[in-house]
Amino acid sequence: MSASHITKKLAMLLGLLLVPGIALADYALNMTQGVTAISKDIYDLHQLVMWICTIAGILVFAVMIYSIINHRKSKGAVAAQFHESATVEVIWTVIPLIVLVAIAVPATKTLLEIEDSSKSDVTIQVTGWQWKWQYEYRDQDLSFFSNLSEDSNEARQLGADPSLLTKANEYLLDVDNPIVVPVNKKVRLLITSNDVLHAWWVPEFAVKRDAIPGYINESHFTAEKTGTYRGQCAELCGKDHGFMPIVVKVVEEAEYTAWIKEQKAAIAAAAGDSNKTFTQAELMKRGEGVYKASCAACHGAEGQGGGPFPALKGSKVATTGSIEEHLKLIIAGKGIMPPFGPQLSDADVAAVTTFERNAWGNNTGDTVQPAAAKAAR
Amino acid sequence: MSDHPTGIKRWLFTTNHKDIGTMYLWFAFTMLFIGGAMAMVIRAELFEPGMQVVNPNFFNMMTTLHGLIMVFGAIMPAMVGFANWQVPLMIGAPDMALPRMNNWSFWILPFAGTMLLAPMFMGGDFMAGQGPAFGWTFYEPLSGQYDKLAFFIFAVHLLGFSSIMGSINIIATILNMRAPGMTLMKMPLFVWTWLITAFLLIAVMPVLAGAVTMMLTDKYFGTSFFDAAGGGDPVLFQHVFWFFGHPEVYIMILPAFGIVSQIIPTFARKPLFGYASMVYATAAIAFLSFIVWAHHMFTVGMPAAGELYFMYATVMIAVPTAVKVFNWTATMWKGSMTFEVPMLWAIAFVFLFTIGGFTGLMLGVVPVDFQYHDTYFVVAHFHYVLVTGALFAIIGGVYYWLPKWTGNMFDIKLSKFHFWISTISVNVLFFPQHFLGLAGMPRRIPDYALQFAEFNQISSIGAFVFGVSQLLFLYIIIKCIKGGEKVSSEVWEDAKGLEWEVPSPAPYHTFATPPEVK
Repeated sequence: MSASHITKKLAMLLGLLLVPGIALADYALNMTQGVTAISKDIYDLHQLVMWICTIAGILVFAVMIYSIINHRKSKGAVAAQFHESATVEVIWTVIPLIVLVAIAVPATKTLLEIEDSSKSDVTIQVTGWQWKWQYEYRDQDLSFFSNLSEDSNEARQLGADPSLLTKANEYLLDVDNPIVVPVNKKVRLLITSNDVLHAWWVPEFAVKRDAIPGYINESHFTAEKTGTYRGQCAELCGKDHGFMPIVVKVVEEAEYTAWIKEQKAAIAAAAGDSNKTFTQAELMKRGEGVYKASCAACHGAEGQGGGPFPALKGSKVATTGSIEEHLKLIIAGKGIMPPFGPQLSDADVAAVTTFERNAWGNNTGDTVQPAAAKAAR
Repeated sequence: MSDHPTGIKRWLFTTNHKDIGTMYLWFAFTMLFIGGAMAMVIRAELFEPGMQVVNPNFFNMMTTLHGLIMVFGAIMPAMVGFANWQVPLMIGAPDMALPRMNNWSFWILPFAGTMLLAPMFMGGDFMAGQGPAFGWTFYEPLSGQYDKLAFFIFAVHLLGFSSIMGSINIIATILNMRAPGMTLMKMPLFVWTWLITAFLLIAVMPVLAGAVTMMLTDKYFGTSFFDAAGGGDPVLFQHVFWFFGHPEVYIMILPAFGIVSQIIPTFARKPLFGYASMVYATAAIAFLSFIVWAHHMFTVGMPAAGELYFMYATVMIAVPTAVKVFNWTATMWKGSMTFEVPMLWAIAFVFLFTIGGFTGLMLGVVPVDFQYHDTYFVVAHFHYVLVTGALFAIIGGVYYWLPKWTGNMFDIKLSKFHFWISTISVNVLFFPQHFLGLAGMPRRIPDYALQFAEFNQISSIGAFVFGVSQLLFLYIIIKCIKGGEKVSSEVWEDAKGLEWEVPSPAPYHTFATPPEVK
């Protein structure tokens, strides 16, 4: 009987014991095997160590239970008075040592594979931000941000309608811009951070590496199966640590090439927006989208602020303050507010500034064009 | 007894080890309930997917303060409380070596605790979460973003002063005040574990003080120890923190080993098996605790050689730990066991701590740690070690010595119920968290994807039952203090050790004339 078979049996038993009637699929009990050679090695290593521990545990517990049942006063047991034996002490020091060596050998082998990032086909720089990921395809001149998807973001607000949870696609594990990589190609990741620590983790690739400001950490994976793989930030990074998921789409080579082309075209189109002039209504609509994705997490869905983050509704900056100051604040950041200049295009900065100056009764009537945002940089 | 102050002055000015021990234990108990209430908020928010109870920042503040309060407010002071009460009684000393400092090291604690918790109530909007919210490990640069950081830093400094003074006192007492004839290798194991723990504390609390001082100057005086933008190193913080943090883990568990090593021989009616090897194993664990710190940070991107070294050193800890478990088992073997309440807790400790030890071994294996790290698997691991390990030993120790302290037997029926409900619910609480971690749920998240819902709900139910059952413990203790069946000086049938030779309740002053130890 294979190990996974046994765990399935156990799962069924536990599922039946605890809450009858709930789908068994929801009681995932064990680590994923994943879709890379390394993730499978890690799974095997996990199984090995887990079973060694389980068997050792059963042996020790069996002795204790036997003793508890038989060596009790109520059964007339008389206490023996032995209390040391150098021989047994040596035996039960040496046996664990041998077991440890048996674990260390395969562990060392797997670790050295993990640490070999050479000969990669695609290099992606991953930068953690509070609270989103930035991906830069180093060989492609392609860079974008990846935020929690809008439906999950709405559903995760305090006191939101519970039905939104099931309506959201892959609640908390879906993003607006997933990364796309080719199947069976070695993808090298260069992982860093712009603010605090984060950790980039996709269980199916068995890649978990901290994103640290001032450091570039290396990792890699070679996915052997196409599909969509999801992960999360694994290092506490502040308020919205739980809300910066990772989505990786593994596709065939041709599809990957097409995707790159499409992305580059979209970026070129967006760059053109910097020189355009928009109507106020266009800017408000675009600005609302930008606000939801980039600002609402701290300043609140209604601009009401929260904790250390000031309200924008009726604030000086967004009403009587000058437009230039407002733009500069968004572009350069202030205190714990990160700079949004690198994340947002001129048109996005202009749109969100327009939105903040007119939403929630701020009603300044101002219209801010991309040219002004460009000038403020 | 007649010449010392009464009422509040008795407690403020006392230099009596029993009074101070009692205060430590009540302080720890209070903190256990505060930290426990925070755990209830955490489990209530995680009861089902979606955000229902508190906002994410408040949630982070709860996990942060829960950890800090339980480590520095509940477990450590409780262990010091036991040391104060029991070390002089067990070595035949009239009091601690430095009684005035003993008073001071206790009375710092309520102020430190207040300073740690006070920021929660500052800044108007309580529900926004004004307290520290960067995790009990307070990693830079996140902690540097906190606007009331100085409160936290000075609270840690005060806790450190208290611990260092307490440790000096314990070492001075054990090394200088043993009754004639009590050689080091005749000391009860609880005294041995505390002697070693005290050295660990003296070695690492200054390191923690250094870490928070660097944070302080980074935050307020423009230095850049941990700020990459100024040429500093955020990873340095983790190295310094865990150089303190790993020995800290053993500071919490070694005295627990000591308590269990007192209880099991008493109720097995058989001397502790392998006393000398237990002492050496404790020393070995303490030594290893200084050279394994980076196993908490395998994902920071160390060179492979560093990861291999820390893996080998870490899994080595399994050897002395296994020796301890084997020795406890061998002590029970062919004994004449009875299962009074303290014994129940000690046996549960051996079983459940062993589970935590096994998951610790798994976590030490670097490649798989990449999958376990920062998931609920880790949360399950350290709660098995600290709740069913350290806390269970503390509860067992209270039941073991409470009749000696009060002169009364506690309510046995009720305390057996307390044991069974706690042991069952604590497993319902923490066992499913192994599965959550393996299935991919990160720790420290206020909300989770729908596939994690079922096990979280089971875990929360376990938490509520476990939390509420500790109120029963409080009731049992108060009832026992107020009265109960009178106990003999021996309390437990044929109990061995000097503490069982003084009357019950232990008089205010004991061993004014040192006993002779054969």
